[in-house]
Amino acid sequence: MKDDAGVTREQRVEALGGMGCKRKRVEDARFTQGKGNYVDDIKMPGMLFGDFVRSPYAHARIKSIDTSAALALDGVVAVLTADDLRPLGLHWMPTLAGDKQMVLADGKVLFQGQEVAYVVAKDRYIAADAVELIDVDYEELPVIVDPFESMKSDTVLREDLVAEDGSLPDGAHGPRKHHNHIFTWEVGEKEATSQVIDSAQVVAEETMYYHRTHPCPLETCGCVASMDKVNGKLTLYGTFQAPHAIRTVVSLISGIEEHNIRVISPDIGGGFGNKVGAYPGYVCSVVASIVTGVPVKWVEDRMENLMTTAFARDYWMKGKISATPEGKITGLWCEVTADHGGFDACADPTKFPAGFMNICTGSYDIPTAYLAVDGVYTNKAPGGVSYRCSFRVTEAVYFIERMIEVLAIEMNMDAAELRRINFIKKEQFPYQSALGWEYDSGDYHTAWDKALKAVDYEGLRTEQAQRVEDFKTGKTRKLMGVGLSFFTEIVGAGPVKNCDILGLGMFDSCEIRIHPTGSAIARLGTISQGQGHATTFAQILASEIGLPADSITIEEGDTDTAPYGLGTYGSRSTPVAGAATAMAGRKIRAKAQMIAAYLLEVHDDDVEFDVDRFVVKGAPEKFKTMKEIAFAAYNQAIPGIEPGLEAVSYYDPPNMTYPFGAYICVMDIDVDTGEVDIRRFYALDDCGTRINPMIIEGQVHGGLTEALAVALGQEIAYDDMGNVKTGTLMDFFLPTAWEVPNYETDHTVTPSPHHPIGAKGVGESPHVGGVPCFSNAVNDAFRAFGLRHTHMPHDHWRIWKTANKLGLHG
Amino acid sequence: MIPAAFEYYRPKDMEGVLAVLTEHGDDARVLAGGHSLIPMMKLRMAEVPHLIDLQDVAGLGGISVSDGTVRLGAMVTQSDIIADAVLADAAPIMREASLQIADPQVRYMGTVGGNVANGDPGNDMPGLMQCLDATFTLIGPDGEREVAARDFYESAYMTAREDDEVLTAVSFKVPEGGYAYQKQKRKIGDYATAAAAVQIVKEGGTCARASIAMTNLSDTPVYSEAAGAALVGTSVTDSDIDAAVQAMLGDIDPAEDNRGPVEFKRHAAAVILRRAIARAWSRA
Ligand SMILES: Cc1cc2nc3c(=O)[nH]c(=O)nc-3n(C[C@H](O)[C@H](O)[C@H](O)COP(=O)(O)OP(=O)(O)OC[C@H]3O[C@@H](n4cnc5c(N)ncnc54)[C@H](O)[C@@H]3O)c2cc1C
Repeated sequence: MKDDAGVTREQRVEALGGMGCKRKRVEDARFTQGKGNYVDDIKMPGMLFGDFVRSPYAHARIKSIDTSAALALDGVVAVLTADDLRPLGLHWMPTLAGDKQMVLADGKVLFQGQEVAYVVAKDRYIAADAVELIDVDYEELPVIVDPFESMKSDTVLREDLVAEDGSLPDGAHGPRKHHNHIFTWEVGEKEATSQVIDSAQVVAEETMYYHRTHPCPLETCGCVASMDKVNGKLTLYGTFQAPHAIRTVVSLISGIEEHNIRVISPDIGGGFGNKVGAYPGYVCSVVASIVTGVPVKWVEDRMENLMTTAFARDYWMKGKISATPEGKITGLWCEVTADHGGFDACADPTKFPAGFMNICTGSYDIPTAYLAVDGVYTNKAPGGVSYRCSFRVTEAVYFIERMIEVLAIEMNMDAAELRRINFIKKEQFPYQSALGWEYDSGDYHTAWDKALKAVDYEGLRTEQAQRVEDFKTGKTRKLMGVGLSFFTEIVGAGPVKNCDILGLGMFDSCEIRIHPTGSAIARLGTISQGQGHATTFAQILASEIGLPADSITIEEGDTDTAPYGLGTYGSRSTPVAGAATAMAGRKIRAKAQMIAAYLLEVHDDDVEFDVDRFVVKGAPEKFKTMKEIAFAAYNQAIPGIEPGLEAVSYYDPPNMTYPFGAYICVMDIDVDTGEVDIRRFYALDDCGTRINPMIIEGQVHGGLTEALAVALGQEIAYDDMGNVKTGTLMDFFLPTAWEVPNYETDHTVTPSPHHPIGAKGVGESPHVGGVPCFSNAVNDAFRAFGLRHTHMPHDHWRIWKTANKLGLHG
Repeated sequence: MIPAAFEYYRPKDMEGVLAVLTEHGDDARVLAGGHSLIPMMKLRMAEVPHLIDLQDVAGLGGISVSDGTVRLGAMVTQSDIIADAVLADAAPIMREASLQIADPQVRYMGTVGGNVANGDPGNDMPGLMQCLDATFTLIGPDGEREVAARDFYESAYMTAREDDEVLTAVSFKVPEGGYAYQKQKRKIGDYATAAAAVQIVKEGGTCARASIAMTNLSDTPVYSEAAGAALVGTSVTDSDIDAAVQAMLGDIDPAEDNRGPVEFKRHAAAVILRRAIARAWSRA
C-alpha cells in the first residue's frame, strides 16, 4: 500500500497537523454557530427549577423563616431550609480548603447574598416569584469587612469553630490565634531573613493591597441534577472545572456510591477558577432531585455569580527587600493578611493553604526569604480561587514585581537593570529557591534582552524624560509610564507526593483507543472551558502516534467514560494531562512498533518511527504506516500480541513546570481625568514547547485582557455594612474590544526538561505577568514626581487621587 | 434577574395606549426600546403589571428638519440619529452625543423618547436637550401640551410628565455656531462620570450666545445659565473659560458612587467642561 509515492516527508508532517502548527480550533465551528451545548441548554422532561432566597445582610442571626406563602403559590413544589437538610447532614458541606460551609443558612448568615432557602418550582419564573414570598426574620449583627479589624474584634464570626469552654480548636492548617483567624502558614527562614534585612545597607519596604476581584466567566455557574429512582443513578450536569473530583465529593457527602454517580461537564463558557469549587446550588439541586425524583436545574444569574460564587485575591501584602549597594538582592520578607470571607473555600492543594504564594521570590536569585500568611474570616463572600492563575501565583508575582520597582526607586536605579542583575542565570537551573521550589528551566537574560530591544527600551526612557520636562513646563498634561514585568509561574499541579485536594492526588490521565481504520478517540481527565483541548491534545497525539489530528476525537468531561483526573485550572492541563497524552501515545507506539516489525518481518529493534509510519532502519522504502498497523492490530493474528490498540496513562508529574515571560507596557496617563491610554503592549512568553502558536496567541490575548481589567478597574467592593457595591457589569469592569489595546506577542523556547514533550502551559501566564505590568506602568508614570506605590485598581478616580496627592493639579 | 409577571399590550395607535394608561394608572407603563425599563423590571426595582409596547404605534417615528426646526419622533433610536445625514448637518451635536451613548447594540434599541422620559440623571439626552432648549410634546387623555426640557426634570425619575401622558416628540430650533458633547466614562457602555453639552455662537471674535448643560452631576440634568452667561461678550480666553467653569460648579451637586467621590466628580466636571468649551469655540 505504498500510495504515497512522490509525497515528501514535509508533506507527510504537514498532513498530520501535529505539534507546532497553527491548527484551527475544531471547537469553533459549533461555538461560532451558536451550537454549543451549555448547562442551561439542557432540558429534560418534567424538569424543575431552583432559586435561592439570599441574605440582604452581611452578618445577621436568623430568627425565623416563614415559607408558607411561597408553598401556597401554584407551581411551587418545595422549599428547602437548613432544617430540611440537617437530618441528611447536608446543611453544611466541606470546602476544598478543609473548612466547612453552610449550604443553607444555619441560624445565621455571614455575607450578603448567602443562601438562606432554596425554592423548587415548575418554572423559572414561579421560582423567582416564590423567593419574594419567603419571609425571613433577621437580627442584624456587627459587620466586619476589614481583616485587620477582624483579628481584633470581639465579634465572633464563626461560633461553630469555638469550643464550648471558649478555647479555639486547631483549624485544618494548625493553631488559630484568634476566633476570626483561620491559619498561619510560614515558609522559609524567619530569623535568618530578618538578620539579613536588619543588617543590609539597602532596604525597601512597601505594603500593597491586591484587591478582591472575581473571575466572572461569561457563563455563570449552574447544574442539572437528575436522580433516577429506578436504577438509583444520579446524573449531575454542571459547570465543573473538575468533574471527577466533583463526583468523588458528591459521593463522600451524599453517601451515594461513586459508580452510581455520573458527572458531566458539557460545554463550559469560561471558568478562570470560578468553577472549581462546590457550591450550595449543586447540593440543593441534588437533594431536590432525590426528594422529587425529577431533574432539577439551577443556574445563577450575573449578580449571584459576582456576589456569591468564588472571588479571587484580597491579599494585603507587606514586604521588605534588601540589597547590596550594587543592587544584588540579599533578602525578601513577605507578610500577608488574607481575607477569606465567611468560610475558607479557597481552592488550593491541601498542603498549601496560601497556594503557591511561596513562588514570591520570582525570577530572582534571592538567597534568603521568609513568607508568612494569615488567613482571616470577615463578612464577605467565600472563595479565594485562582483567577486565571495557578494557586495565588498572581499575588506572588505582583508582590515581587512591585517590590523590585520599589527597590529600584529606593536605589535610584533603572528597574530593567535591577532585574537583570538579579535574574537566576541559565546555568543555575534546575534552581532551588529559598522558599522551597525547584525551578525546572529558564533563560531569563535572553528573554529580557529580546524584549527590551523589541520596544527600544532606551528610546522609551529618553522619550519619558522629555515628557516629564514638558509636563513640568506646562506643555502637556499627560504623563508616560513604562511598565515592566518579568514573571516566573509555577504551574502543572502537581506531584502527588505534595499535591492533593481533599486527599485526591493531582495526577491526570489519558486513555486512547485507535480504531481499526486508523482514526482514534482519546479521553482525558481534564475539561476545556475555552482552552481548545480538542484541538491541541489531538495535535500532541498526531505527533506521537502518526495519525492525523483531524482523525482524532478528544473527549472530556463525562466521568462514566473519561479516565479519572483532577480537571482543568492552574494551567495544569498541558503539563499534566498533556504529558499523560504523550505517554499514552508512546505506549500505542511501542505496541505499533512490535506489530510493524512483525508485518515487515524484521526484529522489533530494526524498525524506527518516522512521522506517520515505522520504517526498516536503513531501508526507508520498507515501511508500514500507522493506518496499516492499526488495521493489522485488530484484524491480523499476531503471535504473542493481543488484538487491539489501546493505551491509558496516569501521569504523576515529577515536578511543576515554570513558564516565564517578559512584558512591557507603554501608557499615557491623563493626569486631569485619570484616563489611561495603552499605546503599546509587548508580551514575550516562554512556555517551553509550543503546541499550537495560534492558540497560544489567543490565550495570551485573553489573559492580558483579564490582566488589564484587574489592574485598571475590576473589583468586588464592599461598603462598611458589607453590601456589595459592584454586583452588576455596569460597575464590575469587563473590558470590551473598545478598551483593549493591540497586543504584540513574541516568544523564546526553553523546553521543560522533565515534561515528555517539554511543554509548560501558557493559559495563565499573560494574566500573571500582565497585572503587574499594567500596574507598574501606572506607578512608573508618577515615579519622577515621587510616587513609590499606589494600590490597584487604577481606575480614573484613584489615578486622579494619586496625581492630586502628588500636587499635580496645581 | 427574573421580572415579576406582567400583562403585555401592543396597541396600533395612541388611543389604544391612552386607554390602557387611563384604566390602570400608575400600574401601567409604556415600553420604548426597553433598555432602561427592562433591566429595572428584571431587578424587580420597577414593577409594571401592565406593559404597553409603543413599537407598533403609528406616528412616533421620523426625523424632520424644516422651517429652522428639528423634530424627532419619540421612537427615533440613537442609531437612527447617528445615521441621519440631514440631522447631522443641522444639529451635529446630536450625532456626536449619540455616538457616546452605550454601545451599538443598545443604540439600536434605545429611543430618544425613552431617554428623555426616563428621568435617570445618567441619561445623556436630557442635558443635551436642555442645552438645545428643546421642547417635549406630551399627549394625555386631556390632549396635547408642550413642556420645555429646561422645566421637565424635577428629581431622579420624577418629571413633569403625568403617569397617563406619553411623550410623542422632541423639537428644537436648528442650533447655531460651534458645538461639543464631551463625556468622560469608565468604559464603553457606561454612563457619564461627567458630561457637558455646549453650543456657542461667535460673532466677530466674541461670544454672542452660549448654552451649557451637564449630565450625571446632580439628580437631574443641570442647565447652567450662569456658565453660559460667563462666556457671553468675552473672547473665550482661558480665564473666561475658568469663569464659566466656576459658574457651572456652583450649579452641580454630584453624589459619590463607584465612579468616584464628590471631589473627583467636581474636578472631572471642570475638566470636561473646559475641554468642551474649547472644542465648541474652535468650531464656532
Ligand atoms: C448597557 C447600557 C448602557 C447604557 N448607556 C447609556 C449611556 O451612556 N447614556 C444614555 O443616555 N443612556 C444609556 N443607556 C440607556 C439607553 O440609552 C436607553 O435605551 C434609554 O435611556 C431609554 O430608552 P428606551 O427607548 O430604551 O426606553 P425604555 O427603557 O423603554 O423606557 C425608559 C422609561 O421611559 C419611559 N418611556 C419610554 N418612552 C416613553 C414615551 N414615549 N413617553 C413616555 N414615557 C416613555 C418608560 O415607561 C420607562 O419608564 C444604556 C443602557 C444600557 C442597557
